[in-house]
Amino acid sequence: MFGATSILGKAIDSQFFIITGICVALFSIIIFLMLYFSFKYTRKKNPNPTDIEGHAPLELTFLGLSIAIVLLMFYLGWGDYKTIREEIPKDALAVKATGQMWVWSFEYPNGKLSNTLNVPVNKPVRMNIESRDVLHSFFVPAFRVKQDAVPGSVKSVWFTADKEGTYDLFCAEYCGTNHSAMLSKAVVMSEDKFNGWLEGKAEAQAAPPPPGAPTAKGDAKKGAELYSSKGCVACHSTDGSKRIGPSFKGIYGTKVKVTTDGKQREITIDDEYIRSSELTPNADVVVGYQPIMPPQKGILSDGEINSLIEYIKSLK
Amino acid sequence: MSDYAAGAQGNYLQKEGRGGILSWIFSTDHKRIGILYLVAILSLFLVGVTLGFFMRLELITRGPTIMAANTYNSLFTLHGVIMLFLFIIPVTPSVFGNFLLPIMIGAKDVAFPRLNLLSWWFYMAGAFLAILTLLIANGPADTGWTFYAPYSIRTGTNVTLALSAVVVLGFSSILTGINFVTTVHRLRAPGMTWMRLPLFVWAVYATAWIQILATPILGVNLMLVVAERLLGIGIFDPAKGGDPILYQHLFWIYSHPAVYIMILPAMGAISEIVPVFARRTIFGYKAVAYSSIGIAAVGSLVWGHHMFVSGFSYTAGVYFSLFTFFVAIPSAIKVYNWVGSLYKGSLEAATPLLYAFAFIFLFSIGGLTGLILGALSLNIHLHDTYFVVAHFHYVKFGGAGFGFFAALHYWFPKMFGRMYNTKLANVALLLLFIGFNTLFFPLFVLGFQGMPRRYYDYLPQFTNGQLISIVGSWILVAGVILMVGNLIHALFKGKKAQANQWGGATLEWQVPSPPPKENFEEIPEVKYGPYHFKRD
Repeated sequence: MFGATSILGKAIDSQFFIITGICVALFSIIIFLMLYFSFKYTRKKNPNPTDIEGHAPLELTFLGLSIAIVLLMFYLGWGDYKTIREEIPKDALAVKATGQMWVWSFEYPNGKLSNTLNVPVNKPVRMNIESRDVLHSFFVPAFRVKQDAVPGSVKSVWFTADKEGTYDLFCAEYCGTNHSAMLSKAVVMSEDKFNGWLEGKAEAQAAPPPPGAPTAKGDAKKGAELYSSKGCVACHSTDGSKRIGPSFKGIYGTKVKVTTDGKQREITIDDEYIRSSELTPNADVVVGYQPIMPPQKGILSDGEINSLIEYIKSLK
Repeated sequence: MSDYAAGAQGNYLQKEGRGGILSWIFSTDHKRIGILYLVAILSLFLVGVTLGFFMRLELITRGPTIMAANTYNSLFTLHGVIMLFLFIIPVTPSVFGNFLLPIMIGAKDVAFPRLNLLSWWFYMAGAFLAILTLLIANGPADTGWTFYAPYSIRTGTNVTLALSAVVVLGFSSILTGINFVTTVHRLRAPGMTWMRLPLFVWAVYATAWIQILATPILGVNLMLVVAERLLGIGIFDPAKGGDPILYQHLFWIYSHPAVYIMILPAMGAISEIVPVFARRTIFGYKAVAYSSIGIAAVGSLVWGHHMFVSGFSYTAGVYFSLFTFFVAIPSAIKVYNWVGSLYKGSLEAATPLLYAFAFIFLFSIGGLTGLILGALSLNIHLHDTYFVVAHFHYVKFGGAGFGFFAALHYWFPKMFGRMYNTKLANVALLLLFIGFNTLFFPLFVLGFQGMPRRYYDYLPQFTNGQLISIVGSWILVAGVILMVGNLIHALFKGKKAQANQWGGATLEWQVPSPPPKENFEEIPEVKYGPYHFKRD
């Protein structure tokens, strides 16, 4: 649980132990002297104190030593930072990580989507990290990597996992109510297994419809997959329980009050309302909820929206 | 030096005019203003402790225990806002700076007494606004005390009001800073040269410059967030064309130097206490004095070390790491000199010195773990985990907080003319020390294991560390109650203190306890340095 399971992580750990070791040594010297002097020079044992205003050679020696020690620590930390930030291998597997309140999604070069980060062992992986709403931070302690997800830009970080297994993946930058539930797993597997997984269900992914093609028909089963892979699950339950957004259970066809441009009105939840809630969610916000849903324009295709509508219809 | 009797003036606590509360809250006497701050700040400290206690308690089981996620998020935000902006930033300069700085340099008051009163009113207004966020619709801010954009722009909670509170508090801090800088420059008694200033004065002086120079940037930054929330101007939210990393820069340009606003005056108090109880001059007076200025200067150039994983440039990361290591040097010099000042001293194990030892112990841990965090590659792993939470509590509470407790026990007999029960004060220190370490040390381990901060819930592997830490919070709270209770009891029932309770050589110990209304019968002439102790 303590040891790193990535190549750079092991290097970082050894620097951690060197730097911490120096710190423990310095701390021990300070506390030892403090206690030693306090017992040696009590008022009883030493009733006549000696004023010593300073000692230039001694002070300069301590100054010089301190500068040398901190420069050494700086240098130790610098090396791997350079590798992590500036020396991303060109052949690294590129995975897009997208953070949104409060779920991670990962997209592979062939378009495959996943909520867990599956990576091959002993191969460099480059994470291209984005956010759809507020700041998040991609953090896998076992790999010793962390990088903030900043809306509006792509930030990269890389690692080479060197041990198969399942590791915790956190959001490390506070992002609102369910920040502490924005968890996932990083699964490190053999290259064969990884390739099998990557190709396995790839054909199940619908290719984006060519321009001008008739709007794809919805499919409730596909909608159910999208519900979890696109992160709807973080805010909308399917069992009627209350989360940040309204539950999907039995919601289709009901009448709700919404706020449009600051005025309340009543609407019926139909295909059109769900579609507009996906594309421009803050236009009509259900009374009692915050306008915080990220717009899905450019993220969901028409066909995918139709699938979600079918899925929501099916939740009676 | 002559013995200053209270004489015809009477002391500052005695009834003035019609007396009553109005003779306090509209008093321009720096000592009364110091006491006003003490009462207000200590009350808010107890609120902050209570919030922290319940935050910890919530984590006693996994999943929801005594509150909902939203409540927890508001709680740690309010805990941060109160403990930083209302407690640890103002506490030592506003209480002891106000009460003692004029006396220590041989002045009758600060340079601008009415401005000083205005600062206290700004402080109270800020505190009122911060508490108000709790009471009105939408609930208290849930952003964390850092108010990071764009979340702070999008959340529906009372962020605008909370930001306004911090801006108003900023005015209090700036005005206090201006007052102290002017006072030290203009009102020193004859013979009180810069090299005879008590080291506490040096520290408060350096702090005052940071307050003046850095606080306006925070005010502007937070007002920009308010403008973005109310008017929709896109400054920080990328959805409107803004830059969230710009917010972090502007925030930390103030908020990192603010750490030195917290710690410098506490270091100043320790620099007074150590020589007095060692009965010898401080080792390396000039080094300690100039290191205060050094910390203030270099500390203003290191803010980017809060942003190593924010995605800002690689070059910026290297620069900020290097300067972070440099700022450790003046702090280290102070620690060496305190320890060096014990050498060949004649030590009296009095309560304030014991608190000062606790300070040195805890601050050293805080400072040295800061070096671990300042190393770039380690920071990537440790940033935003419990390791950081542990580190800054060791610096701010273990350092600045325990430094304040030390100062309180050192100057209490001077301020109120009464002595507390030293045995109980020592027991309280023991509880505080054990509680503090039990609470915060496990967080280093949890942080290294990867426990992120600001989490309402946690994975099973973190359970044991959380439980130890929670037990620590109980011990710590017991220590706080005993310490405060002992002092309040002493206020009414304590034995009379002597004018020079500890045998100090600085000017405040040459006047009666409590000090007379005008501090001195006549302005003294200073002939010696601050740690020139009489020898038998």
